[in-house]
Amino acid sequence: MNKEKIKVFIGMATCGRAAGAQAVLDAAKYEIAQKQLAIEIIETGCIGMCSKEVLLDVVLPGKSRVTYGNVTPQDVPVIFSEHIEKGLPVKKLIVGQLPVDSKINYEQIACYGSLPFMAKQKRQIIKRCGEINPEKIDDYLAFAGYKALSKVLKMSPEAIIKEIEDSQLRGRGGGGFLTGLKWSICASAQSEIKYMICNADEGDPGAFMDRSLLESDPHSVIEGIIIGCFAIGAAEGYIYIRSEYPLAVERLKIAIKQAEERGFLGKNILGSGFNCNLKIKKGSGAFVCGEETALMASIEGRRGMPRPRPPFPAEVGLWGKPTNINNVETFANVPLIILEGGKTYAQTGTLKSKGTKIFALTGKVNNTGMIEVPMGITIREIVFDIGQGIADNKKFKAVQIGGPSGGCLGHTNLDTPIDYDSLTQAGAIMGSGGCVVMDEDTCMVDIARYFMDFIQNESCGKCVPCRIGSKRMLEILTRICQGDGREKDLVLLEELANNVKALSLCGLGKTSANPILSTLRYFKDEYIAHIKEKRCPAKACKKLIQYRVVALNCKTCSLCVKVCSSNAIEGGAKGVAAFILDGKCVSCGACFEKCPHNAIVVTDANDFLRDKETQL
Amino acid sequence: MDYIKKTKRIVDKYNNDKEAVLDILQDVQEEFGYVPKESVAYIASACSVNLSRLFGILTFYSQFYLSPRGKNILKVCCGTACHVKGAERNLAKAEEVLNIKDGQTSADRMYTLEKIACMGACGLAPVVTINKDVYGHVTPERIDKIIKNKGYRE
Repeated sequence: MNKEKIKVFIGMATCGRAAGAQAVLDAAKYEIAQKQLAIEIIETGCIGMCSKEVLLDVVLPGKSRVTYGNVTPQDVPVIFSEHIEKGLPVKKLIVGQLPVDSKINYEQIACYGSLPFMAKQKRQIIKRCGEINPEKIDDYLAFAGYKALSKVLKMSPEAIIKEIEDSQLRGRGGGGFLTGLKWSICASAQSEIKYMICNADEGDPGAFMDRSLLESDPHSVIEGIIIGCFAIGAAEGYIYIRSEYPLAVERLKIAIKQAEERGFLGKNILGSGFNCNLKIKKGSGAFVCGEETALMASIEGRRGMPRPRPPFPAEVGLWGKPTNINNVETFANVPLIILEGGKTYAQTGTLKSKGTKIFALTGKVNNTGMIEVPMGITIREIVFDIGQGIADNKKFKAVQIGGPSGGCLGHTNLDTPIDYDSLTQAGAIMGSGGCVVMDEDTCMVDIARYFMDFIQNESCGKCVPCRIGSKRMLEILTRICQGDGREKDLVLLEELANNVKALSLCGLGKTSANPILSTLRYFKDEYIAHIKEKRCPAKACKKLIQYRVVALNCKTCSLCVKVCSSNAIEGGAKGVAAFILDGKCVSCGACFEKCPHNAIVVTDANDFLRDKETQL
Repeated sequence: MDYIKKTKRIVDKYNNDKEAVLDILQDVQEEFGYVPKESVAYIASACSVNLSRLFGILTFYSQFYLSPRGKNILKVCCGTACHVKGAERNLAKAEEVLNIKDGQTSADRMYTLEKIACMGACGLAPVVTINKDVYGHVTPERIDKIIKNKGYRE
């Protein structure tokens, strides 16, 4: 047995890199080289605490793992000299400690389990994320990796599908179709050739769970796909991944190569006689390719446009052969189900939604990140316990679940449990797992407009309701946001939305109206304020707000004058208070952000009238 | 011609396979930063596909470009999380600093500015990327510095 080395983990997924992980890694390498320390640096994926990136963990032999957050390159020498050399953790940077074999080694440091961010999570799918080096297959093998595969190779395909059926796993891509049933339909299709496709075309803006999983633990997904191939009798699988995720593509390539070298992929897998090959297909930037029939068209090298179903892919799929398509997260659930058994898996969750769901918790919450929660947890628990409430002491307004196909849920839905059916009933969908929290400064009409802009851009144009409907809905929403809304617009909007929902060809169009319908349902007063009072209650719609200087607070520092790109501010120097010229101001808000004396305020029509009254 | 030679190498790699035109076009896009007219014509004849089909693909997917782009690609993420945290202002600032609009390339071919739907680093919103560098928690002021200070001009 080797003497245990000191280990330093650094989170090097896209989020970590965006926060400057490369500089921290370089600083750590420099320290090690300078002091000639025997330390192993492990570049891990995403542990999930995005708001605390860059994360750096230190594990001294036999001691618990200590996580440091918001680490800068300047902090690295301090952590090295204090913690690693003297054994004294640097308290001010610590996020928490993860006990090894439930031994707590440091006094006065919170344990992971007691951190608000962690306490209500159930991390069973992303448990290896941040623990292992995603580019080393041995790390995965050390965590029971590919055990499920060797187990299923001794089972019959029927028994595997039975296990998945027992787990009642539902598709994690959004639709929520029972995975076991899907597999059994494809397994019973009569064909020499079948295909398995992993849908990693995570196009929803505001969602990054699949990226994190693939960047942090690619082998778990690959193992799930191989098991699926074996169960349905496919010898070839595709991973269709969006090209906006270069790091995930890179890590998948490495993982597939390693799996081939170890005999988990390729010919005669683990001596079972089963052959399976996996190919990566990169998307080219078309959101609609997340729809299964469009995705298959894209793999076949055509324009990624959906086609009517039936026939379903399980009968006529890729290259005309029976094909099964599942989402990344669905596949990541498979090895776990095989290892612990479908029935045990199904003990977590609600009556009709079993297991856990990974969400990308983002927006205006204090703790953003990738979280995994048991089905049935409430939105309130996610936002206020795990997310630790709204940032900057603002008020909660809504949470957008399910991306462009989902909806905005407000206060009244805070106690809605997270499961497929409750969310659909509330007007959102489970979706792939984007969960964007919005506060009082977010305008719900603008959000509806934002999503419709996205849909209108991404509509493939094949069917009329989606192509023209989205255009018309966008026009209506745009004019409401600009203060040109008409009284009849809401009725028209609702009618259009329902028509597009009923008549569109594919999922993109069918669900595209959800952001409108849900905001109309829960935030109608905001629409009415825009239309009747020409006022944006959130003070977000540029055409409906005005920036003004409170002369009393102005210290004439002229910062606002300098920052204004449209020369709309006069005065502001030599004792003369600044003054904003209405005609020139484009409401960009730069002066508002810049002013250190809170002398610039944003007003809407109501404030304006109120001021007029007091002046009179 | 250089374009043809390099395109031929890519097409050869895929054995002139008709089914692989999307992959071929992706590789051509990566090689040149855009898909030159000459390459499209070559692929059409080498793989025996109609020009119209190739243009159908090229205009459908947003990641194909038919004209050369800048040396540095500045992408401003406008995904949902970035949107609620003020990404539009970053875009406006970038447009102002570079003096080009979304989708355009500066006259000196130094920069191309792009608004993208989501790059999946939502936890650090708002996000921008230049080439392969990712920046989180970006403000209009910072975008100015990122563009000017990073030595992307060299």
